[in-house]
Amino acid sequence: MLKFFLFVLVAVTVNAQGNSAHGKELFLKYSCYACHGFSGQNGPGARLVPMKIAQAGFIAYVRNPPRPNQMPSYSAKAVPDADMADIYAYLKTLPDSAPAAKSIPLLNQILTAP
Amino acid sequence: MARSRRGFLKGAAAGAAVAVVAPQPSAKAQESAPRNATAQANATTVAADTGRRPATVASRIVEKPGSDFMVDVLKTLDFEYLAANPGSTFEGLHESLINYGDNKMPEFLTCCHEESAVAMAHGYAKIEGKPMIAMMHGTIGMQHASMAIYNAYVDRVPIYMVAGNHADGAERSSGVASLHSAQDIGALVRDYVKWDDQPYSLGHFAESAVRAYNIAMTPPMAPVLIVANYELQAHPNVQSDLRIPKLSRTRPPQGDSGAVAEAAQMLVAAERPLIITERTARTPHGMKLMIELAETLQAPVSNQERMDFPNRHPLAGTGGAGYQADVVLNLEVNDVSNSARAARARGAKTISITSLNLSHKSNIQEFGHYPEVDLNIGADAEATLPALIEACKKLITADRRRALDERGAKLAEAHKQARARDIELAAVGWDASPVSLARLCAELWPLIKNEDWSLVSWQGFISQWPRRLWTFDKHYQYIGGQGAGGMGYGAPAAVGAALANKKHGRFSVSIQTDGDLNYAPGVLWTAAHHQIPLLTIMHNNRGYHQEVMFIEQQASIRNRGADRAHIGTKLWNPNIDYAKMAQAYGQYAEGPITDPKDLAPAFQRAIAQVKKGEPALIDVVTQPR
Repeated sequence: MLKFFLFVLVAVTVNAQGNSAHGKELFLKYSCYACHGFSGQNGPGARLVPMKIAQAGFIAYVRNPPRPNQMPSYSAKAVPDADMADIYAYLKTLPDSAPAAKSIPLLNQILTAP
Repeated sequence: MARSRRGFLKGAAAGAAVAVVAPQPSAKAQESAPRNATAQANATTVAADTGRRPATVASRIVEKPGSDFMVDVLKTLDFEYLAANPGSTFEGLHESLINYGDNKMPEFLTCCHEESAVAMAHGYAKIEGKPMIAMMHGTIGMQHASMAIYNAYVDRVPIYMVAGNHADGAERSSGVASLHSAQDIGALVRDYVKWDDQPYSLGHFAESAVRAYNIAMTPPMAPVLIVANYELQAHPNVQSDLRIPKLSRTRPPQGDSGAVAEAAQMLVAAERPLIITERTARTPHGMKLMIELAETLQAPVSNQERMDFPNRHPLAGTGGAGYQADVVLNLEVNDVSNSARAARARGAKTISITSLNLSHKSNIQEFGHYPEVDLNIGADAEATLPALIEACKKLITADRRRALDERGAKLAEAHKQARARDIELAAVGWDASPVSLARLCAELWPLIKNEDWSLVSWQGFISQWPRRLWTFDKHYQYIGGQGAGGMGYGAPAAVGAALANKKHGRFSVSIQTDGDLNYAPGVLWTAAHHQIPLLTIMHNNRGYHQEVMFIEQQASIRNRGADRAHIGTKLWNPNIDYAKMAQAYGQYAEGPITDPKDLAPAFQRAIAQVKKGEPALIDVVTQPR
């Protein structure tokens, strides 16, 4: 009984917050990485890491991006809300690998070179 | 039954000898006729491969073939190299080059594809400032070469092309010789060569060969084609009065003095001038002139293509946020229509100086939209710069000088801020795997910066990270891109440029995209065979990523998911092992590298190989851009 209760709890949590493991698959499947990088933050597209907007705002942005010639729009038919939630959950798990340039010796040398 | 290569060659040679003299065999040829079944089979094989050879001469020995004279002509034009994939339509000239010409000036470079031969010449010319010969075999060689020729044409690069052709239908045999010949072989590529000719005598060849060189090197520079008819190569040269004309180079045209004065007035009076340059500095001196013009005007310089302006100069850039140019000077910009339209929309003026105004063709649409500019000067920009600089200086009063210097100080600050921003952005995804392009370039820079280095690959597919992180201040440090956007250019152009750099003792580095390399990877062997020192770093993103993004856009517009955008665009399953590929072609190679911490040690090992005079390749699995 307890196990069943925990299963239901987890399932509800996943539905509400998205399944990050599935989101990783979808991030690749929908080729999001092509513009945003496998890291979610390298490439010609916007940096998705750290994700600074709420899930609802993220989904609304993808449904109706301000510059669709750059960021293609995707309808709920093309990418259902549940998939969007999973992708969002995955992006939230990605580490923000953007230290200050000064803290990286290689970049600091370039920064301070005459 | 297994047969040795030596045995095969012996038989093939015998068979070929018979084929050459078949109509009226001489006593000597009869002696060398095949005497057993194996040799007979070889003769049959060779005949099937090459077709029955035409009876070019009555005698077996040709003492003074026409192709020897062709070599005499080519030697007057000071070519260092000739790149070619061998072919029977130029076999006479080939033999003359390596024996009569002693394989020197030009030296024969063995290529595995005609596209590689032409693209090698493309890269070579952008470093050396003069053409290399690319030789093509009849109709098939020309068609293999065509994409590379088109790239060079749009990139305004001189390439000296020689094509073999069996022009005389009476002498030409059926079969392969006919398949590989054309009535007007230049027509195959005439839309994108500047000039071509098919001489019918050796005297004609001499004159056209010299003329072709001059045309190729006169701005706007471009490929030219001379057809070396098979018969002309093979027949004895019986003329005693042949002469080779002296090369008389056409001086590049300078802009009309009135127009130059008008341009100077517009630029000096401008509050926010902007200089956009693509291919201005034909020579190292051109870069000095660019610096002098920018500093005279205290105007920012946006360097879009080749190395026209140092990237760390305080005036490098577009002026920073909010700098809305009121006068835009375009120097040797291929298509100014977009920037002219934008300028017109905000009430700004546009000046264009380009030699492209002096040379037009109809079919290929590389010229873009009609450029609605305010002052259009048909001239070579580098040749025009001294007069323009002088005219500007004369107009600048002491008061105006102070105002310009104040603007220059602001531009220098904007440049500094832009650079700092770029370096901060390089930290994004620093430890990511696959490796970020910024990390790749940042790791490479300290290892090459003290060498006399030259970047011989395009930066467009790597988010311009070298330009954003490295310091470019020499003319040969960057060669720009493909020209017409044709893939397959990158790898051979890098090898050609590295070859040009070799005699200067420079260290050549190419950041090579995987999609491009797969067009004709045999050039890796050419680099190894001819000992061309070149460090190749693979930007291995396992796909044609520009196309992935295009398919995503199409799926979006049609309200479909992008979940199938990988079909037809990705190079995975199986992943291609570029280290093994390079090793198979005879190069030192390592990879694939996925952890950025492994980059520097691998780069160091490869650099050591390159400094020994060999090519080396490091395969890095990378972020898409």
